[in-house]
Amino acid sequence: MSDHAMGHDVVLETRGLTKRYGGVHALENANFVIRKGEHVAIMGDNGAGKSTFVRQITGVEQPTSGEIAFDGSVVNFDGPLDARRRGIEAVFQNLALADDLDVPSNLFLGREKIKFNLGPFSILDGKGMREATLQALKKTAVKIPNLSSTIRHMSGGQRQCVAIARTATFASKLIIMDEPTAALGVQETAQVENIVRTLKNNGEALILISHNMRQVFDLVDRIVVFRRGRIVANLNKSETDGQDVVAYITGAKTGAEFAEGAL
Amino acid sequence: MAVSQIGIGGLEYDPRKRSLPPELGVLAALIIIIVVFEVLNRLNGGSFLFNMRESVPALFNQQRLDIMLLQVAITGIIALGVTQVIILGGIDLSSGSVVGATAMITMSFAQTGLVNGNPNPSAILGPWAMDLPVIVPILVGLACGVFAGLINGFFIAYTKIPPFIATLGMMVSARGVARWWSNGQPVSFPTETYASLANGDLLGTITFGLFRWPGQNPAVIFLLLAVLMFLVMRYTLYGKRSYAIGSNEAAARMSGINVARHKLLVYAMAGLFTAIAAILLTSKNLTAQAGMGVMYELDAIAMAVIGGVSLAGGRGSVVGTVLGAMIFSVILSGFTSIRLDAYYQDMVKGAIIVGAVVFDQWRQRRRAMGA
Ligand SMILES: Nc1ncnc2c1ncn2[C@@H]1O[C@H](COP(=O)(O)OP(=O)(O)OP(=O)(O)O)[C@@H](O)[C@H]1O
Ligand SMILES: [Mg+2]
Repeated sequence: MSDHAMGHDVVLETRGLTKRYGGVHALENANFVIRKGEHVAIMGDNGAGKSTFVRQITGVEQPTSGEIAFDGSVVNFDGPLDARRRGIEAVFQNLALADDLDVPSNLFLGREKIKFNLGPFSILDGKGMREATLQALKKTAVKIPNLSSTIRHMSGGQRQCVAIARTATFASKLIIMDEPTAALGVQETAQVENIVRTLKNNGEALILISHNMRQVFDLVDRIVVFRRGRIVANLNKSETDGQDVVAYITGAKTGAEFAEGAL
Repeated sequence: MAVSQIGIGGLEYDPRKRSLPPELGVLAALIIIIVVFEVLNRLNGGSFLFNMRESVPALFNQQRLDIMLLQVAITGIIALGVTQVIILGGIDLSSGSVVGATAMITMSFAQTGLVNGNPNPSAILGPWAMDLPVIVPILVGLACGVFAGLINGFFIAYTKIPPFIATLGMMVSARGVARWWSNGQPVSFPTETYASLANGDLLGTITFGLFRWPGQNPAVIFLLLAVLMFLVMRYTLYGKRSYAIGSNEAAARMSGINVARHKLLVYAMAGLFTAIAAILLTSKNLTAQAGMGVMYELDAIAMAVIGGVSLAGGRGSVVGTVLGAMIFSVILSGFTSIRLDAYYQDMVKGAIIVGAVVFDQWRQRRRAMGA
């Protein structure tokens, strides 16, 4: 991809991104763009390839083919830490939390605060991490009785909130949430949606994967629909409605520019 | 009246009702076992723990305490290494055999040239390897252990072989090395300094009132390593990552932890601890034999599991393993004190190991059901 094709304000762009698991074409030729401060929803049926897409752009997996450009240059993340270092934060669908660790340890998993550097035997800054965790949780209004108890005993919603607090804590250029409210109650869902709105006000770019039509129309600017591993629609919120989106999800409709042979 | 405190987000909780550390249960078990043996001994007019001889001005049965600590120290050191591996979600079946191989190789660099004026009858390497400074066999030994650990770690981390299989392979191979090294001949007669490693008392005798501890080096080293590893597992990146990987390997990977490299490091550490045990064992016995360390891996695993280190990974602590080691040695000494035959001792030991694993499984199932 030549860099002049990208506008200055493009945060992430994929070109022909493809992922195969053996014979399974989980993701085919995905061309996707998100700009600074933009909130984009990805919708699609179960197995449509949404999470697969997320795994490719967060460095969790290596794509079979295709290109990813992030923040102005073509990137080849060699792992999730690499993606995160460059500013992509993600809440994965299968929560990336360690059950036997407490909240601060989970929040800082993989980028612990260090008091004294001794390579792999570095001394941890436990106090610093606890304090930062308190700040992060206050910001997200998450209810957790006791910071030092392990995640194992927490409710699904509390765990989810810890994962979301994690993404909102660290400065980033792009935040990705894969079905962040799937397991949440009414109040917790509202809280997460508030966090998302705060991110919008702060001008942070966000990709939200969700099956909840109301939520999507409430929160995002643009909706991208996946079907059977392909992107089939790219809709501005103002130019579409729920029925229209459902038609794309189910395959009753396909965007003209995505029709077979259009590319 | 409950002293409740408002937690983050406004939920009430009672900080006094914090769940107790599971190590307390292990400590309770240790005390109960000691009491049982005390009672059994009293029935025969003796005592398990206390000094019964009027002529000796001591509160405790010093000899028994010394033996208990000494006999557990060497396998205890292995258990400290195995604890790290189990917390990581792995297992190490090779430690006993690695003790054997390390013992043979190390001892060959620790031999003295002249025994009572005659050339050393069991000399393995040429004259150049006689009377080397003590640091040479120590470094050779540690290198052997780390090497074995790295091989274990390499296969487990990079070829994704289950730890059980990889370390089983090492168990067989390392025993082979131990036999091959000197065609099965024992390697004996170390230099005086090497012999003093395990037979000396670096700290001298330590006395508090009526309690006197001779401070034999293996026990001192075991306790020092235990304290060190307790701190490392609790306050360093190394510990945090080990728990994270054992708890949820996929999460650790997605969080950007280099899981394979960390596994390699942990298995190398376990090898290092095994090597320390092998050096102390040969120094203490003044000889190395190809059959040294047989079954030590099971004793070490049992100490950890008895101490509450879960075979599922992610849970347990060094404190638990030290308590588990003490339970182990109390039971062995206890059987001797009530004159139970050695055959029965082995049978009971086997039962304890299985029992501890069954208990661990039961705990996991209960947890899985959300109890
Ligand atoms: N590691 C894998 N190996 C083989 N097939 C896989 C793998 N991961 C995903 N798939 C397949 O790829 C397809 C897309 O899966 P993906 O998880 O991306 O769906 P999704 O759109 O996120 O669905 P959902 O809404 O249910 O989360 C599915 O058919 C799935 O079975
Ligand atoms: Mg998904």
